[in-house]
Amino acid sequence: MVTSTSLVYLIALPLFGAAILLLAGRRSDKWGHLLATALSAGSFGVGLYQLSQMLSRPTAERAITQKLFSWIAVGTFKVDAGLLLDQLSICFVLLITGVGTLIHIYSISYMSHDENRRRFFAYLNLFIAAMLLLVLGNSYLNLYVGWEGVGLASYLLIGFWNQKPAYATASKKAFVMNRVGDMGLSFAIMISFATLGTVSFAGVQAASHTASKAALTAIGIMLLVAATGKSAQFPLQAWLGDAMAGPTPVSALIHAATMVTAGVYLIVRSNFIFDAAPTAQLLVVIVGAITLMFGALVGTAKDDIKKALAASTMSQIGYMILGAGLGPAGYAFAIMHLLTHGFFKAGMFLGAGSVMHGMNDQVDMRRYGALRKFMPITFATFGLGYLAIIGVPPFAGFYSKDAIIETAFNAGGVKGILLGSTALLGAAITAFYMTRVMVLTFTSKERWEDDQHPHESPLLMWIPMAILAIGSVTTGFLFTRGHALVHWLTPVVGERAEGGKVLLQPAVVSGLALVAVIIGVAIAVSKYQLGKVDSVAPQNVSVFTRIARKDLMQDSFNEAVFMKPGQALTALLVKGDDKVIDGAVRGIAATALGTGSTLRRTQTGFARSYAAFILIGAIVLIAAIWVVTQ
Amino acid sequence: MDFTAPVLNYALLAPILIVLGGALLGVLIEAFAPRASRHNSQLFVTVASLVIALSALLRVRKQVSVSAAMGSITFDGAGVLFQASILVIAILSVFLIADQENFTALPAAVPGSDEERHSLQTDMRVTEVYPLTLFAVAGMLLFPLSSDLITLFVALEMLSLPLYLMAGLSRRRRLLSQEAALKYFLLGAFSSAFFLFGVAYLYGYSGSITFSGIQASIVGGSGNDVFLLLGIAFISVGLLFKVGAVPFHAWSPDVYQGAPTAITGFMAAATKVAAFGAILRIFYVAFANAEWQWRPALILISIVTMVFGSVVAISQRDVKRMLAYSSIAHAGFLLAGVIALSKAGLEASIFYLFAYGIATVGAFGIVTLVRDSAGEVTDLNRWSGLGKRSPVIASAFAFFLLAFAGIPLTSGFIGKFSIFSAAYESGSTAVLIAGVLSSAIAAFFYIRVIVLMFFKDPAEDGTSVLIPSGLTKTTIAITSVITLVLGVYPAPLINFIASSAFFIR
Repeated sequence: MVTSTSLVYLIALPLFGAAILLLAGRRSDKWGHLLATALSAGSFGVGLYQLSQMLSRPTAERAITQKLFSWIAVGTFKVDAGLLLDQLSICFVLLITGVGTLIHIYSISYMSHDENRRRFFAYLNLFIAAMLLLVLGNSYLNLYVGWEGVGLASYLLIGFWNQKPAYATASKKAFVMNRVGDMGLSFAIMISFATLGTVSFAGVQAASHTASKAALTAIGIMLLVAATGKSAQFPLQAWLGDAMAGPTPVSALIHAATMVTAGVYLIVRSNFIFDAAPTAQLLVVIVGAITLMFGALVGTAKDDIKKALAASTMSQIGYMILGAGLGPAGYAFAIMHLLTHGFFKAGMFLGAGSVMHGMNDQVDMRRYGALRKFMPITFATFGLGYLAIIGVPPFAGFYSKDAIIETAFNAGGVKGILLGSTALLGAAITAFYMTRVMVLTFTSKERWEDDQHPHESPLLMWIPMAILAIGSVTTGFLFTRGHALVHWLTPVVGERAEGGKVLLQPAVVSGLALVAVIIGVAIAVSKYQLGKVDSVAPQNVSVFTRIARKDLMQDSFNEAVFMKPGQALTALLVKGDDKVIDGAVRGIAATALGTGSTLRRTQTGFARSYAAFILIGAIVLIAAIWVVTQ
Repeated sequence: MDFTAPVLNYALLAPILIVLGGALLGVLIEAFAPRASRHNSQLFVTVASLVIALSALLRVRKQVSVSAAMGSITFDGAGVLFQASILVIAILSVFLIADQENFTALPAAVPGSDEERHSLQTDMRVTEVYPLTLFAVAGMLLFPLSSDLITLFVALEMLSLPLYLMAGLSRRRRLLSQEAALKYFLLGAFSSAFFLFGVAYLYGYSGSITFSGIQASIVGGSGNDVFLLLGIAFISVGLLFKVGAVPFHAWSPDVYQGAPTAITGFMAAATKVAAFGAILRIFYVAFANAEWQWRPALILISIVTMVFGSVVAISQRDVKRMLAYSSIAHAGFLLAGVIALSKAGLEASIFYLFAYGIATVGAFGIVTLVRDSAGEVTDLNRWSGLGKRSPVIASAFAFFLLAFAGIPLTSGFIGKFSIFSAAYESGSTAVLIAGVLSSAIAAFFYIRVIVLMFFKDPAEDGTSVLIPSGLTKTTIAITSVITLVLGVYPAPLINFIASSAFFIR
C-alpha cells in the first residue's frame, strides 16, 4: 500500500490551533477565532490536495497509509499509531473540514458577542482534529482515540454555556449515555484482540474470513452498541435532544453533520465483519428502522425548532444505519445519504441559528411565523434544505433517500417489504414534520411577541448557509451521475451483487416516495398553514401527541429501567461496602491491634528475657531442623 | 613448620582497606587535630574515604576471585553489589550523622554529672562517631565477602563492636541510650557465642572452615548429620540476630529507640545489607545442598517474623519503635529471598536490600528533623497535623512509608513484587500468602501515620520541624529520588543486578 508522510497534517493543523488557543488563553482573544478558521480551512486544503492525488492514482493504489509511531508493543501484540486515507475516509475528511470550515466562518459572527468565543473556537478545532483522527485511524484502537476525542469535544461544547445548570446537565447526560456506547466499542476491540489477535482494519478484515461466526457476531453487536451511542440510535438516542443546549453552530457541525454520523462510518468501515455476521447485520437494520420511525414521530410534536431538527437528525441517521445494515447493496447509499444530509441538515441548523439570531434566541416555533418577509435569505437557504430532506427531485435527499428505500424494498422477502414500508412511511412523516417546521417558522401568520424585531443575519452568517444550500441542491445529482459514489466506494465496501430478484423498480419506488411526500406535505399545510396555530402549545391533546412531546417517554423509560434500579443498586453497594467490607477491614484492624497490644507485652525491657527468647529460639530452630531431618 | 606470607590481592581488598585507613586517620585526627577544625576534618576524611572506596570498588567491579585473601574472601558480582549498597547507604547516613545536635558532647561522661554539664556548656565535643562509623563500615564490607567461618566471625565482631558504642551516643535521654547500648552488647555477645558454637560444630562435621569445604562435605555426605544440624542452627542464630528476625529480634526496638536517630538509620539500613549479604552467601554457597534440612525452619521463621513485625507495629506509639518493628517485618520479607534459593531470589534480595536501605535512611533522616525544645519528638501522637505545618517534609515521610508498604510507583513495590514472586516460583506458597497478608496489615499502620500527619489537626505543643541542614536535605532529597526512580523506572538497576548477581564457590 502507498505510504505518505503528509496525512498527519490533516489532523495536526486543527490540533495545533486548539493547543494554541487553549494555552495562550485570553492573550489570543483578538485573533484566536481567525487562526482557528484558517487552520480548519488549511486542513480542508490538505484534504483537497489528497483528493487530487488520489484521483491521479489507479484505483488499486488509491488508499494510502502513514505510520506515525509504534504505540503499543507487548509481546506479539503490536499496535502502530497509523493513519489510513482511502476512498471512504476522504469523503469524511472533506465533509468534516469543508462543513467544519463553513461553520467556523458562521461562528465568527454568531458567537461575536460571547466573551468566551476563543474557547469556543479552541473546542471546535479540537473537535475537527478528533473527528479526523476517528475517520483516519487505521485500527479500531486509533479510531477509539478519536471516538473518545469527539465525545470530549461534544461534551465541552454542549455544556459551553454551563452557567445554566440545565445545559450542564445536558452535557453530562450526553457524556454518560455515550459511555455506554463507548463501552461497546472497547468490548469490540477486546473481543477482536482476544479472538482474532489483531485490532487493525486490515488485520481484522484478513482474519474475518477464517474467524468463527460467533466471534464476528459478538464483535458486530458490540460495534452496533457503539454506533447507537454515538449516533443517537435506539435505544441510546435520548441524549441528542438535550444536546441542543449547545450553541447552534455546534448542533450543526457535531450533532447533525459529522459526529453523530460516526456510527454509520463505524458500521460501513466494519463491512467485512457485518457481511460475515448476518445476525449482527439484521440487528443493524432493526435499529435503523426503529430509529427512523422514532425520530420522525418525535419530530412531529416538537415546538422547539432545534429539537425538531434534532429529532429529524436522529430519524435521518436511522435511514443511514438502515442502509448500512443492508450489506454491500446499501453501504454506498448510507454514505451518500450521510454526505447529502451533512449539507442540508447543517444548512438548516445554521438557518435555525439565523432565525434565533433574529428573534432574540427564541426557539419556540409557535412564537415564529411569517419570517419569510424579514429573512428572505434564511428562508431561501432553509427552504432548499427543506426540499432536499423531504426528497423532492432533483434535490439531494431525493437521490440518497430513495436509494435507501429502494434497497430496503429489494432486500428480499418479508424483511424487504417491512423495511421498505417503514422507510416509505418515515418519508411521509418526514415530509409532514419538516413542512410543519417550515410553515410554522416562515409562512404562517406572525405570532411573535411585541418586542421582537426580526432581521436578516449578517454576511458572514448567510454565506455559509448559501454554500450549504447549493450543496443541498447539487450533491445528490453529482453523486449519482454514472453511479459515481458507488463506484468510488466499491474498493472499500465491496462489490454490489448485480442482478437478483428486484421487487420494485427504481421508478416505482420514486413514484411511491413522491406520493408519500405529497401526502405528508398536504396534511401539514392544511393543518398549520390553513388552520389556526396557537402561540402556546395546547394541552388538551390526544395521548399520542402527549407521548410524542415527551420523546416517546424515552426519559421515563431510562429512569424506570436504568436509573432507579441503578440508584438502588448503588445504595445497596454503598451499604454493603460500609457494613461488610469496611466492617471486615475494621474487624481485622481491631483484631490486629489487639494481638499487637498483647504481643508487645513480650517486650519487657529486660535483657534477661530477651536472652531467653534467643535461647528458646535456638532450641526451636534445632527442633525444627531435627524434625525435618528425621 | 613453614610459615608462608599471605598473598593478598590488594586491588580487590582496596575498598575495605581504604575505609579502615580512613578510620585510623580519624583516630589520629581525634587525638591530635585542634578542636576547632576537628569536626570538619573528620567529616571530610569519612566522606572522602567512603567515596574513594566506592570508586575503587567500581574500578574492579568486573573481577572475580576466590582467592582475594587466601581463600578467606571471595570477590564476585553479588559481593560487589552488597559492598556498593553498603557504601552508598553509609555515605548518605554520614550526612545525617554530621548533624551533631543529636550526639552527646562527651560520651564518656556519666549522665547527669558535672563533667557532662561542663562539656555541653563549653561545647567540648568529641567526634569519635566518625572513625567508629568507618570501622563498622569496614566490617560490613568484609561480612558479605567472607568465605570462611573465621573471617565471617571476625567481620561480624568488627561491625558489631562499633555499633554497640554508637548506640550509646545519644545526647538526650542518655540513660535510655546507654541502656540500649548495653543491651545490644550483652545480647550481641550472647548470640556471638551461639555463632561460635555453630562454627565449632560445622568444623566438627566437615573438618573445614571454608564455605566450599563445608559444601563439599554436605555433597559427600560422610559427616555426622547431628553436627551439621547443630552447626546450621547455631550459625543461623548468630546471623538472624543481626537482622532482627523473630525470635532473635527483641533487642531491636529498644536499640532503635535508644540510639541516636542518625545511627539508627545507619544501623537499620547498612547492617541489614551486610548481614543479609552474609546470610545469602552462606546459605546459597555452603548450605545449598542441605536445603531440605534448613528450608522448613527458615520458612517458619520468615513467616513468624513478617507477621509478628507487622502486627506489633500497629500498636506502637513511638515512631522509632514503629520503624523498628517495620524493619523486623522487612527482615521476614527478605528471608523469603533466602528461601527462594534461586538466581531470581538473589536478584530480588539485592534489589530489595538496596531499596529498603535507601528508604530507611531517608525515613530516619526525617525523624531527626521533627523536634521540640527538648529534642526529637518521637511520640506519634505529637506528629499529628505535621502535614499542615511542614507539607514537604511530611510528604517525603509519607512517601517513604508508602515505599515500606510496597505501594506501586515506589521502590518498595518492585522489591516486594520480585521477592515474593521469586519465593513463589521456588514453591514457597505459604511464604507468599503470609507475605501478602502481612503486607496488608503493615499498610494499615503506615497509612495510619499518613492519616495522622495529613488529616488530623496539629497538636498545640510546640512540635516543629527543624529547617534541615544542607547535608540532611541532600540525604532526604537523594533517598526520595532514588525511591521514586526505582519505583517508576527500575529496569536499568534490575538489569544491572541480573547481569552481575552471582556467587562463586
